[in-house]
Amino acid sequence: MRRAFFAILKRDLAVAGRAGGGGELALVFFLTLVVLVPFALGPDLNLLSRIGPAILWLGALLSVLIGLDRLFQSDEEDGSLDLIRASALPLELAVLAKGLAHWLTTGLPLALVSPLLGLLVALPGEGVLPLVATLLVGTPALSFIGAGGAALAASLRRGGLIVPVLVAPLTVPVLIFGVSAANAAVGGTVPFLTPFLILCAISLGAIVVGTVAAAAALRSAD
Amino acid sequence: MASLIDLANPTRFMRFSAALLPWLAAIAALLIAVGLYLAWFSAPADYQQGETIRIMFIHVPAAWLAMMFYSMMALSALGTLVWRHPLADVAQKAAAPIGACFALICLVSGALWGKPMWGTYWVWDARLTSVLVLLLIYLGIIALWRVLDDPSRAARAVAILTLVGFVNVPIIKFSVDWWNTLHQPASVLRMGGPTIHPSMLWPLLILAIGFTLFALALHMVAMRAEIMRRRVRTLTILEAERLDRLAAQGVPA
Amino acid sequence: MSGLLDGIGPHAGFILASYGVAALVLAGLTLAILRDHAAQKRALDALERRGAGRRSGREMA
Repeated sequence: MRRAFFAILKRDLAVAGRAGGGGELALVFFLTLVVLVPFALGPDLNLLSRIGPAILWLGALLSVLIGLDRLFQSDEEDGSLDLIRASALPLELAVLAKGLAHWLTTGLPLALVSPLLGLLVALPGEGVLPLVATLLVGTPALSFIGAGGAALAASLRRGGLIVPVLVAPLTVPVLIFGVSAANAAVGGTVPFLTPFLILCAISLGAIVVGTVAAAAALRSAD
Repeated sequence: MASLIDLANPTRFMRFSAALLPWLAAIAALLIAVGLYLAWFSAPADYQQGETIRIMFIHVPAAWLAMMFYSMMALSALGTLVWRHPLADVAQKAAAPIGACFALICLVSGALWGKPMWGTYWVWDARLTSVLVLLLIYLGIIALWRVLDDPSRAARAVAILTLVGFVNVPIIKFSVDWWNTLHQPASVLRMGGPTIHPSMLWPLLILAIGFTLFALALHMVAMRAEIMRRRVRTLTILEAERLDRLAAQGVPA
Repeated sequence: MSGLLDGIGPHAGFILASYGVAALVLAGLTLAILRDHAAQKRALDALERRGAGRRSGREMA
C-alpha cells in the first residue's frame, strides 16, 4: 500500500518536472500577476508595501487555482485513473498522494520564491519570513480544496474555468487568515500567532475534507 | 414517514404535486397579499429608519429563504449520496436557481436599503459579505449542473460540492466576522438594531410564510419539469434505439 | 395611513426600487420555471403520441 502511494507521488512529481508539466508555469504566472499589480495601482512603494502581503497571497491563490483543472483530467484521459480506482490502494490515499505532489510542485515553490517577489512590492524585511510561513501553511489548503473541485470536473471535456469558479468561494477563509497573519507580522493590533494558528487549523481541516470529497467524487464518476 | 416513502416514486410525486400545487399557490398568494397590505398600510414607519423600514419586509424573508434553500439542498445532497433517493437530486437541482434568486433579492434590497441609511450601496459588512459568498457558491453549483451532461453523474458531483459548501459556510461566516472586526468600517451601523415592534413583526411573519410557500410552489413546479425532462431524455434515447433497429432491419433486404 | 406614493418620505425611490427588483426577479424566475415546465410537457406529449412511452409515463397529471 505504501509502495502504491509513493509510486503515484513519484509519477506525479516526474510528470510535473517535465517541460510543460505545470509546476514552473504556475511560478511564471505568479510572477506575471505580481508584476501586473503595480501597473494597475501605480508605482507608489508605500502603498505597495502596505498591500504587499495581500498581492502575494492573491497571486499565489490564483496561480494554484488556474492549473487545477488538469489535476485529474489528464489521468482520466490516459486511463491511469481507472488503474488507480482498480488498485488496492484506498482512493483517499491516492488523492492524498496526488494532492501532495501538486503542493510540492506548485504551493511549495510559490512559497519559496515569494521573498523575491516581496522585493518587487517593497515588503518590509520583518514581514518576509512570516509571509513565507503563511504561504507554506496555507497553500496545502488551496491544493486540497482544489483537488476536491478538480475531481468533480475530472470527466469534463470543456469548461476550463469551472474549477476556479467552484473552488474560489471556498478559499475565502484561507485567504482571510493567510493575509491577516502576514499583515499582523508587519504591524497591527493582532498578534501573529492568532490568525496563523487558525490558518493551520483550516489547512489541516481542508486536507481531510478535500481528500474525502475528491475521493467520493472520483468514485461517483465511474 | 410513510408519506415520504410514497413520494419517493416519481409518478406518485407527479400526481401528489399536481393536486397540491393550486392550493399551495393560492395560500401563498393570499398570505403575500395580506402581508403586503399590512406592511404598506398598517405597519408604522420606524422612528429611526423612517419609511425605508418597509424594505425589511422583502429583505428579511429573502435572506431567510436563501439560507433555507441551501439547507434543503444539503439535505437533498445527503439523500442523493447516502440513501440514493430517486427524488433527492431532482429536488436539489430544482432548488439551486430559486435559492440563488432569493440571495440576489436579499443583496439588491440590502443595497437599496443601505444607500439611504448608511449613505452607500455596499458596505463590506459581515452579513452582506457572507450572503455574497453564498450567492457565489449557488452560482458555482448551477454552473456545475450545466456542464455535466449525464444527470445521475451530475447529481452526485453536485451533491458532493453542496455538502462541502455546507461544511464551509459556518467557517466562511466565522472568518468573515473576524475579517470584519479587523477592518472596522468607518460607519458602524447594525441591521435590525431596534427590537421589532409587534405591528411590524406580524406583517413580517405573514410575508415570510407567504414567500416560503410561494418558493415551495415554485420548487415543486421546477421539480415536475425536471422529472419530465428526464423522462423525455430516456424516451428519446429509447426511440432512437428503436429507429436504429428498424433501419438495421430494413437495410439488409 | 399613508398613501401609496405620497407620504413614504424622501426615500420613496429606494423603497419602490427594492420592491420592483424583487417583483422582477421573482416574476422572471416564475416565468422561466413555468415555461420550462410547459416545454417539457409538450416534448413528453409529443413523444407519447409517437408511441415512445409505452412503458413509463402512463399518467401525467
